[in-house]
This record gives sequence, C-alpha cells and structure tokens, in this order.
Amino acid sequence: MNLFHGEDPLLQVHNVTRYYGDRVGCSEVSFDLWPGEVLAIVGESGSGKTTLLNCLSTRLAPTAGAIEYRMRDGAMRNLYQLSEAERRLLMRTDWGFVHQNAADGLRMNVSAGANVGERLMAVGARHYGNIRSTADDWLGRVEIDSDRIDDDPRSFSGGMRQRLQIARNLVTQPRLVFMDEPTGGLDVSVQARLLDLLRRLVADLGLSVVIVTHDLAVARLLSHRIMVMRHGNVIETGLTDQVLDDPREPYTQLLVSSILQV
Amino acid sequence: MTDTAQIPDSVYEQGEYNFAYLDEQTKRMIRRAILKGIAIPGYQVPFASREMPMPYGWGTGGVQVTAAILGRDDCLKMIDQGSDDTTNAVSLRGFFEKTAEVRTTCETAEATIIQTRHRIPEKPLTGDQILVFQVPIPEPLRFLEPRETETRKMHALEDYGLMHVKLYEDIAKNGHIATTYAYPVKVNDRYVMDPSPTPKFDNPKIDRMAALQLYGAGREKRIYAIPPYTKVKSLDFEDYPFEIQKFDKPCGLCGAENVYLDEVILDDRGGRMFVCSDSDYCEERRADGHLGPMAADPAAARISSTGIDGAKTGETVR
Repeated sequence: MNLFHGEDPLLQVHNVTRYYGDRVGCSEVSFDLWPGEVLAIVGESGSGKTTLLNCLSTRLAPTAGAIEYRMRDGAMRNLYQLSEAERRLLMRTDWGFVHQNAADGLRMNVSAGANVGERLMAVGARHYGNIRSTADDWLGRVEIDSDRIDDDPRSFSGGMRQRLQIARNLVTQPRLVFMDEPTGGLDVSVQARLLDLLRRLVADLGLSVVIVTHDLAVARLLSHRIMVMRHGNVIETGLTDQVLDDPREPYTQLLVSSILQV
Repeated sequence: MTDTAQIPDSVYEQGEYNFAYLDEQTKRMIRRAILKGIAIPGYQVPFASREMPMPYGWGTGGVQVTAAILGRDDCLKMIDQGSDDTTNAVSLRGFFEKTAEVRTTCETAEATIIQTRHRIPEKPLTGDQILVFQVPIPEPLRFLEPRETETRKMHALEDYGLMHVKLYEDIAKNGHIATTYAYPVKVNDRYVMDPSPTPKFDNPKIDRMAALQLYGAGREKRIYAIPPYTKVKSLDFEDYPFEIQKFDKPCGLCGAENVYLDEVILDDRGGRMFVCSDSDYCEERRADGHLGPMAADPAAARISSTGIDGAKTGETVR
C-alpha cells in the first residue's frame, strides 16, 4: 500500500456478514479503502461479490459487521447509523453507483441532459442555464455529442447509456464510486473504449472505486488492488498484478488460468 | 360550516338521508383529516374515502369534504371549469340541495362554501369563505416516481429535486416551462403540492389567500389544505421564472382583461370567441354595463342567454 501511504482510509469495512436466511451471502469481510484507490472484487457468479457491494453502498443492510466512511468533514461515520436523509445526501453527492444495466441507473423517460442534471437539482441548483452547461460539459467528457443532450436514453446504444450513467454519477464530483459489472453486456470494442474512458476519469478525478467484476481483464486494467471471493469468503487479496501474475490460492490459479487466450 | 345538525333517529326511520348524505361518524373522521391537513399545510393526509353515489372523477373527494364541513346555514356554490351551469356543477349542486337542503347560489360573494373543479373565482375570496377543490391525482411526484412508498419518503425528507427535473424537461423540449395546469407549488417553504388541475393562471391566487382552501381526492383517499394567508410559491428556475398565461384579447362578452378565458367555437367556418371562464364574474360585469367587442354578435348573444355548454378547449383531466 505504498501508493497511498500516509493518508487515512476513506472506507473501513469490519467483518461484514450477510445471511440470506440460512444461506451465506458474504461472510466476515474486512478491508480498508484509501482515497484514490481502485479495488476490484472478483469471483464467479454466486460468490457474494454483489451482496458485498450492496452492503457497502447501503443498499442492503448487513447481518453483522460495521462499515465506516470518512465524511467530507473528516469524521469517520458508521454508514448504518446515519439518518435516512444523511444517507441519501451522501449517495447523491459524495458517492456514485454504476449499475450493470444502465436502465437501472438512468431515468429512461427524461432527456440525457436532465439525467445528468438531476443530482445538481437534487442538491439545490436552480439555474437552468448553469445546469445545462454543466450537463453539456459532462456529456463531452464521456464522449457523447452535444446534440444528443435532449434525446431520451432510450434512443442511446448500450455503450452510450453506460457512459451517460457514468456522467450522471460523476457530475457532483463524488469521492467514492461503486460499480457493478460496468462493462457487462457490452461488446468487446465498446468495452475497451469504456474501460479507457473509466481509467482516464478515475485518474483525473482521483476517485476511489469499488468495482465488482467477473472479468479479470477489467480488474487488470482498472484496479490497483484485487479481492478474490468464493462462497461468500475473501480467499485472496493483494496488488492486482501480484495476484493475477502469481496467484497463491488454488481457486485463484484456476480463475486466472481459465481466461481464454486468443 | 357551523355546527352540523345531529339527526334524530326518527328521520332515519322515514328513510331519508342524513344531513349532507354522509353519516356523522364519517364526517367526524373527515374533519379530523381536514384539521390535520390544516395543521401541516400541503401535507397529504390519508383518509378513509367513502363510496359516493357518483363515479370517481366527478369530485367524490371534494363532495366528501364539503359534506363534512357543511352546516344548515351555509350557502353553497359549485363550479366546474369556472362555470356554474355545466353538468358536473349542476349535478353536485343538486346533490346537496337534495341531501342537505342548503341554500345554493351562483354568486361568488354570497357563498360561504365554494366547491370547485379547475378554477378559482376571479373575484377575491374573503376570510369567511372556504374553497373546496376536487382533486384527481394529489401526488405531484406521481408521474416522475410511480412508487407511493418512495414518494412518501421523498416528501418526508423534502427530497424534491425530481420536481425540477420535470421543469427542466419542459424547458429543454419546449423552450419554456410548458406545464400549464396542476403546476407544482411549495407550501409554506416545506411541502411540494399539486394544486389539482387548476390552470397555472390561478396559482398566484392560492398564495396568501384569505379563504381556507381544502383539497379532497376521493379515489386516492387524500385530503390536504392550505390555511388562510399561507405562503405558496410556484416552482421555477432562476433564469426561467414562473409566469402565468396571458391573453391578448379581452373577454368577448364583458370585455374583462387579465382574467382566464375559454375559447368557444361559434360555427364550423372558423368562427370563435374568447369568453371569461368564470361565468358568474362575466355575468356580473355585463349586468354592470360592461360590454365586450363581441357582445352584440348574434352567436354570442345566444351563448350568453343559454350559458356555455361543451365547446371548450384547454384543460382536460390528465
């Protein structure tokens, strides 16, 4: 963790456990996330990646454990002890959530400009001209043409929707973004372009990211650190290159060796 | 408005209606909801809306509110789209004449309770009057957020950014705020409220109105209220301020300006005229000798003698 040495962690996760009845979603997960760090959570379907992500992003209350977040004033707060109003404010200012299916994260029946502007209006922006120029600026940054600002996301391609979703999340300058398979369902060339864009934005804005993916190539490209999950447990964690080049656990070795070589 | 009569048992035995149709327990329940609504201006209070002897959409919410506050010495006025003589107004007036035997009127100044659909009278209301609105869809966020659980939470947390998303869309798509009726307002700096499908022309009248305003939605089972002299602000953007509709012509019959006009088709060759939507206001002005540019027109004369039926454009229920 030399890269982030000397700073305080942004997010601290202590023994987060989530049961679905008798079944384990994720169990005893602990880690720290530093400002500017990208953490990938990898593993096969059903390994508890998304459960963990939902617990972290306050979308799903964990059965046990605590999650602390450093607010903008520097104080560490337990996320599940925040009031609903504080949590909502956090989610639409300091955080972003990029869904795998862009339709889940966008308002499909209002224009692209309104989608990007929604967070601004939610935190009190009341000047149409300013909201629109900010939206226009962000569309440019995610490579969507200005003349599409008044079009519904329904008329956008999958890749454009995903980029629009990213712009919508980043417009309030969040510090932490959660991503759930952001490249899932996109074809390979679009994936590559999106990853390129994400990598640039993350570096430019100094974002902290928790990204869930089953695609090790995505993890390799974007993340600094990687967590491998299986049956709800974290079985291996370390720097991305280290884990992918020299996997320790048999399961990780299996995952790495099962990447198709073209 | 004053004490509602307790009906002696003998009346029930004769098979007559209780005063103002509803039974006394129901009226008490509705009054409790109204009091809560007045205490929290703009907040939608759930109430156990009753089945009324008229279809939803006819103003069952407004009728229940009126029935609950009506007293024997009240004088009732019914308005439908500004007019006293359209089907809805005539039917509901007849309903209360039959079930409550109260005095009814068409004159705004004479009424103590005015039940309305779509319009607020042009003549300013006073502190001794109550304005009852019939509301089809009380939730201003409904078309943006379909989940009731979510909209309630949004009201509770004062999370109203979404309302501006709608206004943003209006400007982006039409170049101006194209919402012309059911224009969202913020009541007393707290709750965002739908002023029922009144044209936005009437929004300034809601602000600091001397009369008590009660809103009843029968199908959606909600009552809300604005106490007298409460601040009501229409939502807008700093660079696109709230504006009301403007008409470039005065009323064809009475010559009134700065009032809300209805378009009336006169024939099938493009003949049309604009007349006051508030029929009582128009008649009173004509009685005072005001004449509009088309008052002498034979078609207009026919309209003014028989009342305006149908042939209206503009607002329809969403």
